[in-house]
Order: sequence, then structure tokens, then C-alpha cells
Amino acid sequence: MGFVDYLQYGFIQRALISGVFIALLCSILGVLIVLRRLSLIGDGLAHVTFGSVALGLALRIYPLYVTLPIVLVSSIGILKMTERARMMGDAAIGVVSSIGIAGGVILASLAGGFNVDLFSYLFGNILAISREETILSVILSVIVLGVILFYYNEILSITFDEEFARVSGIRTDRINKILVILTAVTVVLTMNVVGIMLISALLILPAVTAFQLARGFRSSLVIAALSAVLSVILGIFISIALNLPTGATIVLTNFFFFALAFLTRIGKDRARVKLHQQVGR
Amino acid sequence: MKIIEVENLRSRYNGIPVLDDITFSVSGGDYIGLVGPNGSGKTTLIKNILGILRPESGQIRLFGQYLSEFQEWFRVGYLPQRLSSLNPGFPSTVEEIVALGLIAKRRRPGSSGDAHRDAVEKALHLLNISDIRKKKIGELSGGQQQRVLIARAIINEPDLIVLDEPAAALDPETREQFYAMLTHFNRQKNATIILVTHDIGSIGQYANKLLLVDRRIVFYGSFADFCSSSHMTDLFGIHSQHVICHRHEF
Repeated sequence: MGFVDYLQYGFIQRALISGVFIALLCSILGVLIVLRRLSLIGDGLAHVTFGSVALGLALRIYPLYVTLPIVLVSSIGILKMTERARMMGDAAIGVVSSIGIAGGVILASLAGGFNVDLFSYLFGNILAISREETILSVILSVIVLGVILFYYNEILSITFDEEFARVSGIRTDRINKILVILTAVTVVLTMNVVGIMLISALLILPAVTAFQLARGFRSSLVIAALSAVLSVILGIFISIALNLPTGATIVLTNFFFFALAFLTRIGKDRARVKLHQQVGR
Repeated sequence: MKIIEVENLRSRYNGIPVLDDITFSVSGGDYIGLVGPNGSGKTTLIKNILGILRPESGQIRLFGQYLSEFQEWFRVGYLPQRLSSLNPGFPSTVEEIVALGLIAKRRRPGSSGDAHRDAVEKALHLLNISDIRKKKIGELSGGQQQRVLIARAIINEPDLIVLDEPAAALDPETREQFYAMLTHFNRQKNATIILVTHDIGSIGQYANKLLLVDRRIVFYGSFADFCSSSHMTDLFGIHSQHVICHRHEF
């Protein structure tokens, strides 16, 4: 069976559509959070996701309905801790993250131990994504990307220099709040693609890949988006062809693009040094 | 017209009292050197004036409007102090960063893309950084980075320019050019300038007023008055007073 034949299947179509939108979302948001030195916010919120999925399963409520509000509140909690509790971003993420894991473990234990459902959320299964989840992923992705585009200049200014942004008349507190809310929505959406354990990889890897090659903020967004989308498409097909877990394959494909970009940059740097030496002679 | 009015300002930083009972005003066209020992509250004062920090008590007005109501941020140019906090891996190019200064103006009705491009060109040219416009900020020397941030601060040709230790990373030649540019803005365009500095010897050549703070206002007036006051000898001693003050003609 060829790859084109696979496209006839509804579950492959749904995986590709939701995967591409979520990859776009993660890569663009990832560039912003990595530059703001909040790379691990994805990881921290993912741990909260674990706790809230456990809560949803224990209460027999569809986990997304429980996860989304809890992760949103947690993201605001991280922001408030950095603003008001004189806590650095990484420490605030650590606090929220550990509470999420601890809560999840206790709830899972109370509900009779870790079951198959909880494990499926930990490692994700994009091939099992439903029609409703696909539509929700697309709608939420479009909303999040629209908000980022609308506030593009403000977000760039704050990301580079928050103090200067404030003196430009930008409501930095409002934009910061919007950014953490968008991150929370993205983390919850990404749970279905690569699973709770690997969410931060989808946020960080495309961004660091782009920083190897990009010259300019806009081009780093484009490169991050391209590498993320290609990783999801290739990852899905490779995982089917080699019978591997899809989420983990997507993450490793992302890492392959990072390694390629890193080696390309090293090669370029060496060529430039060589050229300078030749000109010097 | 009063550009800045500060009344009974009291401010804390991380819970520690930094400024107390600060009252002064700045008129249009003033060129003020803001000086004081380390930890005296110079940076806290300008951060309060620009709304970056909230005062514990007191009133601040910019261009006659209370800070909470002030919207005309394109009239203010600001150069922050901490060059070392720049992320060297930031992917933005010089021209992208300089253009960030236009955000305050972009929101105004009638602002156009062509006008923005012209403004970027002009700022790059003025700071002599046109040739490095495509370089990433992390690829530049400290002095070049400082020129990029100064270009971002002056791109809107602001009526008020606030600079926190701007000359620290500049070589002597660029420093002279930089001071000449500020003098041009002050005299030709009537821009009001507040310059935080430790270089009290140089500032007297350019500034028409000196604001000396040490948690409170110790002195506010002309450089000539400062040189003949007891504050000068108390702070710097008679020898330094001679070295600093004799270079200037009053």
C-alpha cells in the first residue's frame, strides 16, 4: 500500500489535518516562549494536564472539558507568581508542574491506579483522534494564530524588551496574559498529538531549529512552522510504515530537522571563517 | 510648557524605599543630566516617570496629562540601561529592532508603511548603522548594539528623550557623535532630554541643568550653580571640583 492510498482513510486525514494545524500553532508559539526564556512552560502545563486528565477520568467527564479550564487557571497562576510572588519564571513553572503531577498521581491512585486511558493520554495517539476533536483543533488553532497575528508587533516588542514595550504604550500585562492563555490552549490541544510527556518537544524543537538558520524574527517563524509541519506529516507516515508510536516518531523527526539545521549552520560558519582567512592572505 | 511634573513622589523597589519626597518639573527644551551615587534611585526615578514602575504615592504628569491617562507615547523616546540583558540568540535583525520604536506611532490614524520605511532609513543613517542593518543583534559589538537601541529610541523624533547611561558602551569617537546628535535634537528640534550618567565631567558640557538625587533631590539647577555650591565639594572634593568645573565656560 502506497502513502497516497493511506490518504483515503478517514483516521489518516483527521491525523494530518489536526497535526498540521497544531504543528503550526506550537511552532509559532514556541518561538515566542523560547525567546522569553519560558521554554519549560509547556512541560509544566503538561504536568497539570496529567493531573486534570486523571481528575476527568476519575469523575467520568470527558478529560478535555476538565483539562482546558484547569490548565488555563494554572497558566495564569504561573504569570501571577512571577509578577507578585517575586518568583523567577522557571521556579513558578516548577511549583505548578509539581502540583499537577502530585495531584494526578493521588487522583489516579484514588481511582484505582493507572489505567489504559491515562496511559493513552500520557503518550498520545493522533491516529485515534475523532472528527469532533479534529474540528475543535482546527477552530482553536485558527483562533490562536489569529490572535498572534493581530498582536504580532506588540508581541515582538515585548519579547525583545518588555520595558521598552511599556514605554511604547503597549499594555504588557494584557499581552502577557494573552500569551500564557494561548500557551495553555495549545498544550491541551497538543496532548492528543504527541501525548502529555512530549508536548514541550513540539513547542521547543521547531523554535530552536529555526534559530540555527533564521535571519530575522519573521523568517524564524516561517522556518519553525515549516519544520514543524513537515515533521508531523513525515512522522505520521514513518510511524505507519515502520509500525512505531506516532507521537514519539513526530518528536524524533523534529529532532532530525534540528540536527540538520545545526550542522548546516556549523558548515556555514566554517565556510565563512575559511573565506575570511583566504581574504586575509 | 511643562513636559514632566513630579509631585511628592515616593517609590519602593522590591519593598525597599528608594525615593522619597521627590518634587520637580522639567520644561520644554531642557537638557538635564541626572546624576547620583550607585543605588541613589536614578533609574527608579525615570522608571516611575515613564510608568514602568508604579509609585507608592505621589503624582506624575507627562505633557500635562496624568500618567494613567497619557496615550501619546510616540512623543517619548527611551533607552533602557541593561544592555547585558539582551538575548544574544535573538533572531531579529538591526532594522527589525529599530522599527520596533515605531509601534507607538503605528496606532495613530494616517500612519503609512512608506513613512515607516523612511523613518527606519533615517534612524539607521543617523546612527551610522545602515551597513549592519541585516545583521542579527547578537552578532554586534556592545557599542553597535547600543547604537541600534539609540536608533530605536529616537526613530519617532520624540519631544522627550530619556536615556539611562547611554554612553557606557560607546568608544570615545562614537560618544562624541552621540552627544552631538543629542545636542542637535535639543537645540534644533527643541527636544527635552534627560540623561542618566556617572560621567559628571562630560555632562556639564551639554546639559543646561543638573538633577542630583540620593533617595531625595540633593540639587536641581544649572551646572554653574552646582559648581559653585557646597554639594560639588562635598561630593567630589576641591581637586575634582577644579578639574570638572574649569573645563566649562559659564
